[in-house]
Amino acid sequence: MTYLRPKFRHPDLPKNKLGYSIDFYEGALSTLCAGCGHDSISAGIIQAAYEMNVEPHRLAKLSGIGCSSKTPTYFLSNSHGFNSVHGRMPSVATGASMANRDLIYFGVSGDGDSASIGMGQFVHVIRRNLNMVYIVMNNGCYGLTKGQDSATADRGSKNKSGHTNLFNSIDLASLAIELGATFVAQSFSGDKSQLVPLIKAAMSHQGFAFINVISPCVTFNNNTGSTKSYDFVREHIEATATIDFVPEREEITTSYEEGSSKVVELHDGSYLNLHKVAKGWDPMDRLSAMNAVQKARINDEILTGLLYMNPESVDLHELIETTDRPLNSLTEKDLCPGSDKLVSINAGLR
Amino acid sequence: MEMCNNAYSDARQRQLFKNIVYVGALCALLDIDFTVFESLLADQFKGKEKLIAPNIQALKMGIDFVHENFSYPLDIRVERRDLLGDAIITDGNSACGLGAVYAGATVAAWYPITPSTSVVEAFMDYSDEFRTDPITGKRNVAIIQAEDELAAIGMAIGANWNGARSFTATSGPGLSLMNEFLGLAYFAEIPVVLIDVQRTGPSTGMPTRTQQSDVLEAAYASHGDTKHILLFPSTPKECFEMTAQAFDLSEQLQTPVILMTDLDLGMNDHISKPFEWDDSTQYKRGKVLDAAQLDEIGRFGRYLDVDDDGITYRTYPGTHPTKGSFFTRGTSRDEYAAYTENSAAYQRNMDRLIKKWHTAQDYVPAPQVYQKSNQSNYGMLFFGTSQYSSEEAMDMLKEKNMACDALRLKAFPFNQTVVDFIHSHEVVFVIEQNRDAQLKSLLMIELGINPAKLVSVLNYDGMPITANFIYQQISSSLTNSRN
Repeated sequence: MTYLRPKFRHPDLPKNKLGYSIDFYEGALSTLCAGCGHDSISAGIIQAAYEMNVEPHRLAKLSGIGCSSKTPTYFLSNSHGFNSVHGRMPSVATGASMANRDLIYFGVSGDGDSASIGMGQFVHVIRRNLNMVYIVMNNGCYGLTKGQDSATADRGSKNKSGHTNLFNSIDLASLAIELGATFVAQSFSGDKSQLVPLIKAAMSHQGFAFINVISPCVTFNNNTGSTKSYDFVREHIEATATIDFVPEREEITTSYEEGSSKVVELHDGSYLNLHKVAKGWDPMDRLSAMNAVQKARINDEILTGLLYMNPESVDLHELIETTDRPLNSLTEKDLCPGSDKLVSINAGLR
Repeated sequence: MEMCNNAYSDARQRQLFKNIVYVGALCALLDIDFTVFESLLADQFKGKEKLIAPNIQALKMGIDFVHENFSYPLDIRVERRDLLGDAIITDGNSACGLGAVYAGATVAAWYPITPSTSVVEAFMDYSDEFRTDPITGKRNVAIIQAEDELAAIGMAIGANWNGARSFTATSGPGLSLMNEFLGLAYFAEIPVVLIDVQRTGPSTGMPTRTQQSDVLEAAYASHGDTKHILLFPSTPKECFEMTAQAFDLSEQLQTPVILMTDLDLGMNDHISKPFEWDDSTQYKRGKVLDAAQLDEIGRFGRYLDVDDDGITYRTYPGTHPTKGSFFTRGTSRDEYAAYTENSAAYQRNMDRLIKKWHTAQDYVPAPQVYQKSNQSNYGMLFFGTSQYSSEEAMDMLKEKNMACDALRLKAFPFNQTVVDFIHSHEVVFVIEQNRDAQLKSLLMIELGINPAKLVSVLNYDGMPITANFIYQQISSSLTNSRN
């Protein structure tokens, strides 16, 4: 997209609790195609970070390779970023998180990056319950190489060149639930009112928080016959619930019809207030979540919203009992056993 | 067996004590000091003391049997000696694991592979002892068994990027898998320590046999123009010291450092000088700017060569609210870490990386030169586990009036001492444990040495190289050239 963003900002732009206005959370200009769903998700991330009062430098953004993986340049320019190698972002994020448990880790990936070349790392980062937000910007195709089908393209879906995909698609949300992910959500890049609270909730979750965002590729996968076009997604979307993210210590004001709403408490004391639409679905119950997602798939619907979460989540640092201080802040004094100990080690080897 | 059947009622004991009875017999035949066995048994069965008495009984049965049935002791005897002084006996992998603890490594990621597995296992054991709070049980270390070698090195790189000292250990097949990430770490300039315990390749090769055949693979790992720093330890003490040094070097030079050990050094016990550590040691963390330093400078440029040594300044994530953030990427970038496909900017960066490489020559350990001044027109050049065999061969050659000077390489890139050594000898025998003369190739490529000057001595049968083999090769080469 080639346009110039005006440098002038209204001096009265509202500020968050840290005193930052939203432009403090922006990044460089996007070079993705005009109308790309990914840019809407970047905007959602900016909005969520602003509303969550995040210090941008206390967040690290990581990605692999692909259109989606370019996006970390387009948000939070005061955060360190790491554009790693194709499909390997989860391992880099794991190492980074081990080094400093005090930062927020924000991973961005795509359907090629996560569902094909990076499937192994995607699966294992879930298994380890790394404390991070992991967003897949899912457009069912390889945009950077001009529109080949990806592993999340639905069987029977047509790509721009008219070719019909012959193979079953990999449903990342179902897979994540199956693997024991502790927070799984699904959304649509065109539905900011749903996406922003989900990102905020994901940031509050202590553990692996996965959001699969259907994000149409306007250039290579927005044609008739594609099941990831804007039109198709809009017609087939079905939300689990409407969602309000309620920050810590604020009173819940939204009222819903009795019996249809559910309050989910998050790790940091904030709440999600869910107004349920999907019948027989309980976000705290893995089986019912899996059921709801599978039923929707059979009915050609895309179930969006929070699908599943485990508020008892125990993340990797807690599992392996690392110290509370960030490991990267420890010094010789904390780490080196010293020459005395070496004397007894030597003695033991004689 | 009959003796065991008579002495023990338990079937398992009858089976197990056969060997001990045999050892007892040897004790009598070879006149071995019995107290040695007593102390060995006490060590072996610490915590299971009730097993000591039956073992002693079995030993005595063997001794008694010899006393009753044979003339003893034999002409060959075992005598207690102490020529070792304060030397220790241990394996290189344990020493590497210990070195990583002393160097302050806090994140280890690994995937099991013979013969490197025991590096991280040793690191785990020492971490249990030295990195665990006795009260809370909380640990000053994170050790992750990864899903494969790709993830293992990815984790190590992610942790180093974020300011923790981190490493992984592997062998040849793992090194092949790690190539892509090593290229990223080289180009994006992220420190990482990799311990490569070489085994016999190619492919799965002979996983339980030794070789020095990853030299070229490690030196140039990954596509594009890449070069990596290699260290060549030859004793457990050097494994300990060079592992620690590898962390300093990789952070100072912001690039991967690969410690090239091998199966023989890594898994077999070796006699070594004892480990030493200077308590005044400060870790050399390299050029890292903190918040106060960022406030002092003007615009931060991650890849700006401020000191004109090719090494630029980095920042850890989370340092400063508005300064010092940058994007780490495997794509080409300018001095301010912004993506660019500008040819001039790309070339400037590649040239700076070579400048850094030249800087590295004086950072890496210097070679060991055996003679104060040249004694001969011939030189021997070797590295790693070829050391002791080469030294012995050097003595054998001297005895036969074929004295050669010698140099032991400790690192790549090669420094001026290596160049001078080669240039000041007519012929240099390059001793290595692979088929394709990989180190010789590296010397030719990097130093532009005339190939005719470098004569290879190559052992690649999977067994450690012997002094006799080296002596034979060099002496026949010298004899032929004199004739």
